[in-house]
Formats: sequence, C-alpha cells, structure tokens
Amino acid sequence: MIQIENLHKSYVMGHNSLHVLKGLELGIEAGEFVSIMGSSGSGKSTLLNILGILDDYDQGTYYLGGKLIQGLNETKAALTRNEMIGFIFQSFNLISFKNAMENVALPLYYQKISRKKRNQIALEYLDRLGLKEWAHHLPSELSGGQKQRVAIARALISQPRIILADEPTGALDSTTSFEVMDILKEINDQGKTVIIVTHEHDIAAMTKKIIRLKDGVIEEVIKNGDLQLFKDRVRTE
Amino acid sequence: MFDVDVWQEIFSTIKKNKLRTFLTGFSVAWGIFMLMILLGSGNGLQNGVTEQFSSNSVNIMWMWTGDTSIPFEGMKEGRTIKFNNGDYNFLKEKGENLENVSSRFYLPGTIVYTYKNEYGSFETSSCHPALLGMEKVNVVSGRFINDLDMADFRKVIVIGDNIRKALFKEEDPIGKYVKLNNVPFKVIGLTFDKDRHSERTAYIPVSTAQRIFNGADRVHTFAVTTKMVSTAEEAEAITDKVREGLAARHKFDPKDKKAMGSFNMLAQYIRTMKIFQAIKIFVWIIGIGTLIAGIVGVSNIMLILVKERTREIGIRKALGATPASVISLVLLESVLITTVAGYAGLLFGVGIMEGINYGLEQALATGGGEGVFFRNPTVDFTTAITSMIILVVSGALAGYLPARKAANVKPIEALRDE
Repeated sequence: MIQIENLHKSYVMGHNSLHVLKGLELGIEAGEFVSIMGSSGSGKSTLLNILGILDDYDQGTYYLGGKLIQGLNETKAALTRNEMIGFIFQSFNLISFKNAMENVALPLYYQKISRKKRNQIALEYLDRLGLKEWAHHLPSELSGGQKQRVAIARALISQPRIILADEPTGALDSTTSFEVMDILKEINDQGKTVIIVTHEHDIAAMTKKIIRLKDGVIEEVIKNGDLQLFKDRVRTE
Repeated sequence: MFDVDVWQEIFSTIKKNKLRTFLTGFSVAWGIFMLMILLGSGNGLQNGVTEQFSSNSVNIMWMWTGDTSIPFEGMKEGRTIKFNNGDYNFLKEKGENLENVSSRFYLPGTIVYTYKNEYGSFETSSCHPALLGMEKVNVVSGRFINDLDMADFRKVIVIGDNIRKALFKEEDPIGKYVKLNNVPFKVIGLTFDKDRHSERTAYIPVSTAQRIFNGADRVHTFAVTTKMVSTAEEAEAITDKVREGLAARHKFDPKDKKAMGSFNMLAQYIRTMKIFQAIKIFVWIIGIGTLIAGIVGVSNIMLILVKERTREIGIRKALGATPASVISLVLLESVLITTVAGYAGLLFGVGIMEGINYGLEQALATGGGEGVFFRNPTVDFTTAITSMIILVVSGALAGYLPARKAANVKPIEALRDE
C-alpha cells in the first residue's frame, strides 16, 4: 500500500537547513495497523505530512497504492487526499460553525455529491459510531470523545484506502482513548490500513506494528509477535 | 460553484462578523452613494442648461445690422447697413455651411389684432417656412406657413395659444379672419408650447409682411441654421465665412460688429457642453476615488478574515478542497459584500435624486420654473448598470489578493497546534 524508498526531507530556515528525514525506507501493506513512534524531532510529523500528501519531499520515492506521489500540483494533491486518505487529528479539527452531520459530510462536498445524498450518508456513518442523535449539534456541544468520533466518521466517509491519525488520543482521557482505539481497531478489522502517530506507548501497543523513528531514520520495527516483548519493555521503562 | 453550500458557508461567516461586515459594506455603499449623488447633480445641472438652449435648435445663428463703426474702402464710419431680399438669396445659394435660412421684416409701429369685438396687441414675427424647424415652433392645429403662401403673398397667420385665448375665447380659430391694423389675415395654424413666452407671438409670411407694411425688399434680421460641427472653432469659422460674404455685399469690414451683429448658438452650446464634459470626468474621478477607498476596506477585511480562518481553510484542504474551491469561497464572499452594499448605496443615491426630481417637478408644475438651471437630476439606466459592473469587478479585485493568500495556506502549518 505504501512504499517509501530513500526519502529525504529538509527544511530551510533562513541560512540553516534542517535535515529531518535522512534516507527513510518504509513499506506498509494493505490492511496493516501501524503506529509510528518517536521523540519530538525524530521526523514523525514530517513523515505523516508526506504520507498525507500535505507536504512534498526532496529526494526518494513515495508510492501510495501503486501510484507515485511526487511533485503533484495543489489541485491534484487535494483530489488524491480526498480520494485515498482519511485524516484524524489530535485537536479534532472540526469546523466550529457546522454541525456534526455537516462536518462529516464535508469530504463528500468536495466530491461534488449532492447535499441531500451526502447528509444521508453522513447520518449513516454517525449512526455507526453511535452519534446519530448528536447529528445536529455543533462541535462545541459535544464531548472530546464525541468530537473525535465525529472526526473519525468524517475520515471514513470518503471510503479512503488509508486512515492517517495524528495523535488521535492526545486530547482525550484514558477511557475515551481506549474507546477511540477500539473504533480504529474495528476499522482496521474491516480491512482498512490505519496508521497512527503517537508518543504514548500503551496506545502504540494496541496496534499490530510499531515503527520507531529516531533522527530521521527507522530505528526499529516491532512486529506482531514481538509486541508482548515491547509491552514488557515499556512497563519496565 | 453557486450551490447552496457555498452560500451557506459565506452567510455563516458573515453572521459571525456582523458589525465588521456592515462597516465594510458601508464604505462601499457610501462610495457608490456619493458617485450617484455627484453624477445626478451633474446631470441635473446639464439638463437644466440644455433646457435653456432647447427653446431653439442648438445650431441656430441670428444676424442683424446696425451702423458701421470702422471706416472701410474710403467710406467713413456711421453708415447704416440694411439687409434685403438679395441677402436672403445670397445666403440660400452661397451659404454652403448653412442648412436653413429665414429672414424677418419688423412690422412698423404697434400692430393691433382685432376679431369681432376683441382686440389686443401681440408680437408679429414675419418669417420663411424654414423657421418652423429652427425655432421650436410647435404647431398643434392647422399648419405652418408654406412656400405657396410666400410665393402668392397670402395673408395668412399662425397664432400662439395666448392670442387664441384673448381673441377667440372658446371658438376654433382655424379658417377665421383676424384683422391686423384692419388688414384681414386668415388663421391657418395654432402653436402651443407650455414652456415659452412665444404664446403671444404670431407668424406671417415675410413676403406678405413686406408688401402690406410697405417694406419693399427690406429685411431686418436673419435666422439661419448652420451645419453641425463638433468644435466651437469650426462653428466660429462658419460665422466668419457668413460675415465675410455679407460684408462684401454691403461693403463693410467683416470685423465690424456694429455694422452687423451675429450670434452663433452652436459655438456657445459646444463650449457649455465642454464644461459639462469636464465636470462629468471630474465627478467620475472623485466617485471612483471614493469607491476605491471602500474597496481597499473590503480587501483589508477579507485579508483579516482569511488569516482568522486559516485553520478552517487548512482543514478543508486536508479534506480535499482544491485551491479553486478555496478561492471561490473568499472571492464570492467579497463580491457578495460589495454587490449587496453597493446596490444598497446605489438605490439610496438614486432614490434621493429621484426625490429631489419629484420636488422639482412639483415646483415647476406650480409655476416658478423659469430660470431654474437644474432639471431632472437623475442617473440614467446605463450609468447605473455601469456602476454595478464596476462594483462586481471591484468586489472580485478586492477579494482576489486575500483569496490567493487563502489558496496558498499550507495545511500542515494551518493544522499545527498552537
């Protein structure tokens, strides 16, 4: 699903150049449930931006679903994002003056689906996440967990191939965090590739594969079988 | 682009910033309001002055004679110059820049009009048939003097409505005979013009006038219409040419204004209209200046708005909004504010000018309209449409920069947590 080879990315700040990703190699298969970990400055946010086609890279190749993602113009990038990727953010990023249903329906608006139809689909998705009776509430009237569930519904509605979640539980308490992770797991069980960026070990431990980044390269990849080992290590840390 | 959602998006942002939107719109509305007031006033002034001209053809020219004041070819000053029928023929045949010619013979003394037991004294204008189109003579009943009347020295007369009222009361005057100093003239036509004094004027053929009132071939004044030209200089050149021709016939210096007086309306008219053109340009410059100030205001507000909505735009872009859709969002809002506000200003300005016009018309209808140099101070449809187009275009211009800025929002930066 995702094939990254020799990925380089640096940010120019004035006269200084900050080399963030240094020849990163990464492969993620369809249907995987992956978490990307790393301390701040390790390049995980940069990697996520590149994966989400929110940012361009300097060198290397990035294939998403067999398609080379390189030097796309803004319009093409926007269309590819809309079609292939569902985003979930730490701070939910719901539009404050739109109600839950309209927020969920927004990606379909950019696919030029009629208002009536997309609101109907949005209601279905909200129903699936147990939020049907909250459909006409504004984000300010929802709890954190509800907001994140609305955001998940919005990420799912365009039926993307992968879900990119940036610290999806960062703003939630542990009970709701686990609820959200259960939902992501369920989504993964239905066959979607889910990639989350997190710095919380217990959250990462709920995924099926952990990629640890350090200084712009992959430090280690912990696969299914080793997860128990990882959990033990985390406990002792 | 024009579906419900776009408008819903725009209205929701406008609703969030009511006061700011209002103030922004107000500056645009004020600009267009001032433009309409200025344009309307300019038009009013122009219409008022044009009205003063319009009692006659704008290309009319009058000539009269007097005593020479400059010695010429050995002859002393103080000679009396007199026009005659030969001059009429000369102007008619040799006046290449002249369209119509009419001569006038002044009837001697006071002419008393009598019909049955009614009598009165009125102005009698002797003329050629051509006068009809030169001075605005409005024949409402019967006909004007024609060439046969001229050739046969017919005793026919066209009377103004005041003369009819004074002499004929409720009778139909056409075909009746009115006596001018005991000479009966057949009434052939009736003129009417609500704005003019000429109601007390009667017209008779100049040939008849000369014969009956012992004028021989004497002519006192000429009224001619000149070829239409576009500059005052060209109009003056025509005057000079005519003066030269007549001066040669009567042997006086063409520059001698006392020997022969002339007044070319066209030159005057063109000069006046030039002034109004300048006023109009001036008004547009001021109006557009005011408008630009308003539009800069809109642009400014939109820039702030885009900055405030950076995060929202970032979300939209992450969810698949193309740059085009972001631009249309900002641009349409800008166009909407300027168009609605501008239209309100337009309506208000036009409304006020129409109100003034109504008041003016009322004042004119109840008399006292004479000498008013202000008529119909309204803005025509084309100007209003032009202003609307300027508005929409300027709204788009005002929105363009902020829209570009919005389209360039980087989702990563917009979504980064503060």
